[in-house]
Amino acid sequence: MISFSQENDIIVKESKYRKFDVNEIRRDFPILERKVNGKPLVYFDNAATTQKPNVVIDSMTHYYRYENANIHRGLHFLSEVATEQYENSRLKVKEFINAMSASEIILTKGTTDGINLLANTMCRADLLNEGDEIIISHMEHHANIVPWQLLCDRKKTKLVVIPIDDNGELMMDEYKKLISPRTKLVSIVHTSNTLGTVNPIKEIIEIAHKNNIPVIVDGAQAVGHQKIDVQELDCDYFVFSGHKLFGPTGIGVLYGKAELLNKLPPYQGGGDMIRTVTFEKTTYEDIPNKFEAGTPNIVGGIGLGVAIKYLNMFNFQDISRHENELLQYATEKMILIDGLRIIGTAKNKASVISFTIDGIHPYDLGTIIDTDGVALRTGHHCTQPLMKRFNVPATARASFSFYNTIDEIDVFINALNKAIKMFR
Amino acid sequence: MTINEIQQGIIKEFENITEWEDKYALLIKFGRDLAPFPTEFRTDKNKIEGCQSQVWLNASFSNGKLLIDADSDSTIVKGLAALLIKVYSNQTPTEILSSPPEFLHKIGIDNHLSPTRKNGLGAMLKQIQLYAVAFNALNREQL
Repeated sequence: MISFSQENDIIVKESKYRKFDVNEIRRDFPILERKVNGKPLVYFDNAATTQKPNVVIDSMTHYYRYENANIHRGLHFLSEVATEQYENSRLKVKEFINAMSASEIILTKGTTDGINLLANTMCRADLLNEGDEIIISHMEHHANIVPWQLLCDRKKTKLVVIPIDDNGELMMDEYKKLISPRTKLVSIVHTSNTLGTVNPIKEIIEIAHKNNIPVIVDGAQAVGHQKIDVQELDCDYFVFSGHKLFGPTGIGVLYGKAELLNKLPPYQGGGDMIRTVTFEKTTYEDIPNKFEAGTPNIVGGIGLGVAIKYLNMFNFQDISRHENELLQYATEKMILIDGLRIIGTAKNKASVISFTIDGIHPYDLGTIIDTDGVALRTGHHCTQPLMKRFNVPATARASFSFYNTIDEIDVFINALNKAIKMFR
Repeated sequence: MTINEIQQGIIKEFENITEWEDKYALLIKFGRDLAPFPTEFRTDKNKIEGCQSQVWLNASFSNGKLLIDADSDSTIVKGLAALLIKVYSNQTPTEILSSPPEFLHKIGIDNHLSPTRKNGLGAMLKQIQLYAVAFNALNREQL
């Protein structure tokens, strides 16, 4: 049982992992009890956003009820409490991804914000120029394509793309061939939001580093499903969002090696990021404050810290095992369905299943399945180049989290079969 | 029949259907019964890009009335398009512009018009109204 003490601390022994009992875990997430269209909610849209446990929700209302104040300014009691909590979250993030120092943790609005911060500041620092090349992959989310295209438009830098095979795996030989003296950056997704492919990220980084090329990892779909250790990966930057980690929306993390972050200019100007301001010249704070202009999403930061604390109660091996069971079970059931094609069949795959069914538009499938309370995602999943690669306009996608169950997959499969009957 | 009468007819048809899947079954039927969309109309100009599904819409003007043809890659969206055609095709621009699609709300499927659906249906409705405005102006010029 988790409860709050007066100091808003979760009373839990972090040294001991909680026993993995999915029914007990589900009780932590109040939304999983609700009904949709008169049926129990089956939430299979976890790659879009995860649900929030009571501890996160409670921490946020508790903050607004009893602790709300602006941070990093004011000597008064509440300001100090709020600052301590916000900065405590930064520490939690640091420990969670094993960064060397809390100053390497920039709190952002989310993954997209983190990548835009890097693209903008790298552009202003002239780290990428005419004729230089940035390597991305064919399975990137638009958030790891468009910010670089905006930069390329300004600097005449070139975006080059690692191809993928029919299973949705990166063609590593092609990656090696793409590296040249012109390559100045690799920005790559850890786990594909559409295919579920888990990329050999350590190997990708090693290859880049042999050529002195820095690497940005888009970890949006990786965090919350596997242990991330940025020092072990040796990535230069790692970005992710709080809301895919059972935390609130509008808060995310940009990790960067201190030596690299120190070389980048500020992103946005404003309060909290300056040391002195005169009309003639302004000097800036050190990292991380240099990149955090204005009043931040304080409650979001606090919620993220609590989400991490919640997740820390579990052993990632238990989470992976359970999610893998769900993936295997659902895949086995789905391939029996006539005309169903799974897009993304990589050997190392996260619990994401994109699929199409012959003769049925994903929109129609999603609409009918929703009447049974099953939440799927349909569309291009912000990966239009990937849709083109597999020659489909859109797919339906089921993505599982550690609170999902085998019983829910049975409900989903029944709903799928019912929908197919309606259209065939 | 007036637009209002047609809308009332559709509302009546859906009136006794309580289950969602039965509502959609009827929509799917409307979609399947829709007159085939002539291939020459399937142009980029007639395409309304949705995020989730696509709609093609062709409008022409004959004897003071707007004639609408439509198609979609989604059967449900096609069914909804069929309803809009039932209501608005072969009507005068003036009547189209003075008759909002109240039936969509009454039969409980107006959620498909919401912008988050991005299915091209909301854009289709807007396009019908724009054609009505354009043909109205043309009509006045000719008078």
